Amino acid sequence: MRGIFDRWTRRVVAALFTLGLFSASPSVVAAGLLDEPLARLHADSFPETTKAIEEIARSGAPEAETLLRAMVDRRLLFDASSKTVVVKDASDKFLDARTLKPLASPPAALSPVRINNRLRGLIDAELGTLALVSPDRTRRFEAADALFRSRKASDLKAVEQAIAREKDGAIATALRKAHSAIQLARDDASLSDKLAAVGELAAFTDTDTLGLLNQTLASAQQPELRTSLEAAITRIEHQRQLLAGVQNVIYGLSLGSVLLLAAIGLAITFGVMGVINMAHGEMVMLGAYTTFVVQEAFRAWAPAAFDFSLLVAIPLAFVFTGLVGIAIERGIIRFLYGRPLETLLATWGVSLVLQQAVRTTFGPTNREVGNPSFMSGGFEVFGVSITWGRLWIIVFTLLVFAGLQLVLRATRLGLEMRAVTQNRRMAGSMGIRSARVDALTFGLGSGIAGIAGVALSQIDNVSPNLGQSYIVDSFMVVVFGGVGNLWGTFVSAFALGIANKLLEPVAGAVLAKIFILVLLILFIQKRPRGLFALKGRAVEA
Amino acid sequence: MITKLLVDSLDRRATLFLGFLGLILVAVPLLNLWVPEGSAFHVPTYLVSLLGKYVCFAVLALSLDLVWGYCGILSLGHGAFFALGGYAMGMYLMRQIGSRGVYAHPTLPDFMVFLNWKELPIFWYGFGSFPYALLMIVAVPGVLAFAFGWLAFRSRVAGVYLSIITQALTYALMLAFFRNDMGLGGNNGLTDFKDIVGFPVQAQGTRAVLFMLSVALLGMSFLLARILVTSAFGKVLVAIRDVESRTRFLGYRVENYKLVVFTVSAMLAGLAGALYVPQVGIINPSEFAPANSIEAVIWVAVGGRGTLIGAAVGAFVVNLLKSVFTTGALAAYWLFVLGGLFILVTLALPKGIVGTLEDLVAAKRKRIEERDRRGAVPELAE
Amino acid sequence: MSITRRRVLGGVALIASLAMGAPVALAQDTIKVGVLHSLSGTMAISETTLKDVMLMLIEEQNKKGGLLGKKLEAVVVDPASNWPLFAEKARELISQKKVSAVFGCWTSVSRKSVLPVFKELNNILFYPVQYEGEESERNVFYTGAAPNQQAIPAVDYLMSKDGGEVKRWVLAGTDYVYPRTTNKILEAYLLAKGVAKEDIMINYTPFGHSDWQTIVADIVKFGSAGKKTAVVSTINGDANVPFYKELANKGVKATDIPVVAFSVGEEELAGVDTKNLVGHLAAWNYFQSVKDPANDAFITKWKDFTKNPKRVTNDPMEAHVIGFNMWVKAVEKAGTVDPDKVIDAIVGVEVPNLTGGVSKMLPNHHITKPVMIGEIRADGQFDVVWQTKGLVPGDAWSDFLEGSKDLEADWVGKKCGNFNTKTNKCGS
Repeated sequence: MRGIFDRWTRRVVAALFTLGLFSASPSVVAAGLLDEPLARLHADSFPETTKAIEEIARSGAPEAETLLRAMVDRRLLFDASSKTVVVKDASDKFLDARTLKPLASPPAALSPVRINNRLRGLIDAELGTLALVSPDRTRRFEAADALFRSRKASDLKAVEQAIAREKDGAIATALRKAHSAIQLARDDASLSDKLAAVGELAAFTDTDTLGLLNQTLASAQQPELRTSLEAAITRIEHQRQLLAGVQNVIYGLSLGSVLLLAAIGLAITFGVMGVINMAHGEMVMLGAYTTFVVQEAFRAWAPAAFDFSLLVAIPLAFVFTGLVGIAIERGIIRFLYGRPLETLLATWGVSLVLQQAVRTTFGPTNREVGNPSFMSGGFEVFGVSITWGRLWIIVFTLLVFAGLQLVLRATRLGLEMRAVTQNRRMAGSMGIRSARVDALTFGLGSGIAGIAGVALSQIDNVSPNLGQSYIVDSFMVVVFGGVGNLWGTFVSAFALGIANKLLEPVAGAVLAKIFILVLLILFIQKRPRGLFALKGRAVEA
Repeated sequence: MITKLLVDSLDRRATLFLGFLGLILVAVPLLNLWVPEGSAFHVPTYLVSLLGKYVCFAVLALSLDLVWGYCGILSLGHGAFFALGGYAMGMYLMRQIGSRGVYAHPTLPDFMVFLNWKELPIFWYGFGSFPYALLMIVAVPGVLAFAFGWLAFRSRVAGVYLSIITQALTYALMLAFFRNDMGLGGNNGLTDFKDIVGFPVQAQGTRAVLFMLSVALLGMSFLLARILVTSAFGKVLVAIRDVESRTRFLGYRVENYKLVVFTVSAMLAGLAGALYVPQVGIINPSEFAPANSIEAVIWVAVGGRGTLIGAAVGAFVVNLLKSVFTTGALAAYWLFVLGGLFILVTLALPKGIVGTLEDLVAAKRKRIEERDRRGAVPELAE
Repeated sequence: MSITRRRVLGGVALIASLAMGAPVALAQDTIKVGVLHSLSGTMAISETTLKDVMLMLIEEQNKKGGLLGKKLEAVVVDPASNWPLFAEKARELISQKKVSAVFGCWTSVSRKSVLPVFKELNNILFYPVQYEGEESERNVFYTGAAPNQQAIPAVDYLMSKDGGEVKRWVLAGTDYVYPRTTNKILEAYLLAKGVAKEDIMINYTPFGHSDWQTIVADIVKFGSAGKKTAVVSTINGDANVPFYKELANKGVKATDIPVVAFSVGEEELAGVDTKNLVGHLAAWNYFQSVKDPANDAFITKWKDFTKNPKRVTNDPMEAHVIGFNMWVKAVEKAGTVDPDKVIDAIVGVEVPNLTGGVSKMLPNHHITKPVMIGEIRADGQFDVVWQTKGLVPGDAWSDFLEGSKDLEADWVGKKCGNFNTKTNKCGS
């Protein structure tokens, strides 16, 4: 074998494969190709595995991609004693790594081939080359990104061909970016090639490009190249600086939406009903735990539909926390109307009990709530980075707010709610059953806190302490906006969020928060009833 | 008539309360120091410092009742004044360690040495002297309360708005004190104290004296508060609590009354904090946590708002329960008990323990009186 | 009226009965062991597990026949994440419950709070969590890692070829004493290794920080200077979940900017979806994934004890296992539970740890431990990618801090926790 397939031959075959000249290959040949690298894996040492990865990728065997992907996913297993390497496929069947044919009797003691970050990077790069011809759009995109990061001179040809082939505009741009990166990294590229590459890269504003340019600058010799690199870097940095303000406002909007979401339920129970509802945070927590339970159910029975778990969790959380809220109102709070300060005491008690109940039921540790795929990851527009999760939370918050306004303005229940909170006795004499309306209002506030919990579970801990971390901020938001005024809460949440995020880069996270609190205290001196004070009789109540 | 009865009964109660304080002031240290350990009457040192802690909490609750129960200012940030007093005392105690810290640095506390501080920050100067520290213990909370109140009361911030900005105040202070750059030990706070005015903090005798001082402080705060609330000044306070606008229209400078009582209350809280620190041995920013201040409000509510004695009773009862339930089999479930208690008290005893007892006594007396006067005439519906 | 009175009486009776219901003194023929871990409040999330481990260990020891012919009895208290309450409960355990040793504390401040109590009442505390060092007390045994057993090896690894030859460092931590000290030590160490000052970024955040957008963006920006960048995270427990979620969403991959954490273990990851965190690192002295018969047995026992096949194990749990076994051995060696005798007997005691080594109690009251670097896997466990050849002895006083480089702890020969080798005096 060795005599025939010496090192050079293998390289040539590998190159031909990379260029996609062969579409299939006799597996006898391939099996021989993989023998040596697979044997290296028995050693369970990183240097050997490194060699194995390079050899597998260059072997040209059609199994190469499957093997490398299996390695990343810890599905490539080995047994040193029987000298076997197997792949565990998606349905947990064991395949012989050399042929990818099912194994009749897999060895008993298998352990995964271990890799570390360096190897992971290496595999990404190798896969990038292999995946350039993939029919799957995302694969190709990932490949382009991987090649941008690895920037190996040997990939240049493959990338150029891929650019010529590519019809998708976004991928073509990514490929051109990778091409420029390779040109810059290549020792034997001409100056004009390099200058052209810098010119191409200067159009991007992302941090990866900036990193690449900085790195190139550190080792660049030719003065023309240095000047052009410096110009490109200054340009990108300048642009990023201009965008920093926009970026911070976006961060602020996101923080504001979280604050609004956390506070909006309180704006009803506290703001509208006047109950100093210390158990509000726990309602948020219950909503988050509802999400956890729903997701567990999905994991157990419908893992494929996991992305829909949040859609199911939202109504369930609303109903569940709403019912808990109604129970609290009927059981405790209805005896306390007109004594708002005592609601503080009772709801504090409720919050302690709920926290401990959750701790006893679900344990004190964090529970895992997953991000559905549409909420994972992020994107960059004009150099401003936005993550999907946060974007959806902003949208969701606006929807919840709009929905709540709709309920209050356009439904009979909303009308009755407003009537009862404005003048209980008058409403009663008009035939409104105020007790029922109270219960429903509290239930509505609690239910909204519950759906806030669903959203917050996406970005924060799901632990028994979840509620406690939002309660103080929520009260601040409601009071700053003006108690009893939903639009006040809306404006206040976003104002506090944006102010916080604009201050943070200057002052640091802690001082920014302290400044905000001090500003809040001073602002209340100017407007003792918040941003939007209610006028009329309700004020003195 | 009834008012007079109430005042009389309260006065008797006040005397009783002070008498009781006098009794434990003498008895607890006696039983601790002179009764041998095996005896059934021996009070262990553990209990002395525990009681001392409760008494300090009682002073905090009392100071809060003074502003909330009598003037209607619901402060959700009183823990801040308590903690500031505590920090002033802690700084004094840290300076007393001198070169006995682990790094044996002559002036810098340990936490500054290992974070590479080179010299003592200016605001630490003077805390080596006890009189200065004592001054700061009342002055720092006092000045802060005065400044805060001056702003808030003049712009007529009231009700929940005031409550929430007091909460913002203590929250901001907590965040600030957590910062290690503040030079106050960050999260670890100030601890490992050695001496107080020359006596070792941990000695049994020192503990007994600290306990006596705390009880004495409670007694004196109680007296001061009584004098304030029974005087003409106190009548105005109650008027402000009940209908603020009317009081204002009658020509009283409401904001000045509020400012005085708020500042006095903060100073009392500061003193309580100062006595608390040497007895528990640590002061840390979590004393500023909003939850702590809310808890203090709850002590007052449990004991009975606007009764002064109730505040002390509430602080004592709630903390006793906390101590009892956090040990042993119930340890994992004590929040159920505590939370349940708060709910129960609100529903069943809306006036708190002392307030309800007062009602009972008053009602009984009224019944007896009516029976005496009229014979057995059925009561009117309430 | 009468209803109210009945209510009042009922309430009083309830309170009284609850107060009386406190556990009465138990028979004297047991050896009591205090368990001082928060079961409520912010720290319950980490500490409750350690309480369970202690209960399991004590139960197991009793099955083996107890200690010195007596049964062990756990006395559990809840200091409720409240630092003064820690001191109060410690005092109660020692002076009222008469425990022979206490296993407890997680945060540095809780340890600092109970220290004077242990010194005054002369008892023993086993402290199981990695901490900032700069302490060695006669009454405390530190079974967690000192900075030289966690932080410095981790940085060494990242500087190596396998670690990615990191040139630029972000030291991100929660603003409290452990991250502050660790970062001070690391900064001094990195500067000594020739890293330029502008290649180190230090950032502190408050406890429970949940909005990481700005900071993660700053890290990414710092990492775009063209040099391999890594984050050394001393971010405290709770804040980690939102931090990692933000990292994952921003697409910061371990292959670009690896994050090595000192406070994130199996337990913390149980609350995160780790699919996007694969490859980020943690430095510990124990990982659940380590293949070792002792570890396998421990994991099985733990899952049985908690009746939960999904329960994970972590580093502080192993520290308690080691500490408890050391205490048992020392008591057997001394023939008594008297703290003075046990303190003398325990130094030099060796017990097997769960990763195949034998840990030894050193005269500075710290122990020897292996240091391991693990990479996060998609299933929330760690793959050990690097580990020290032998065990590393814990160093109480860092050699990289100005104030402590001349200090040395030796409770056997010098009977001193802060012996100054320059002045040859204890404590000065």
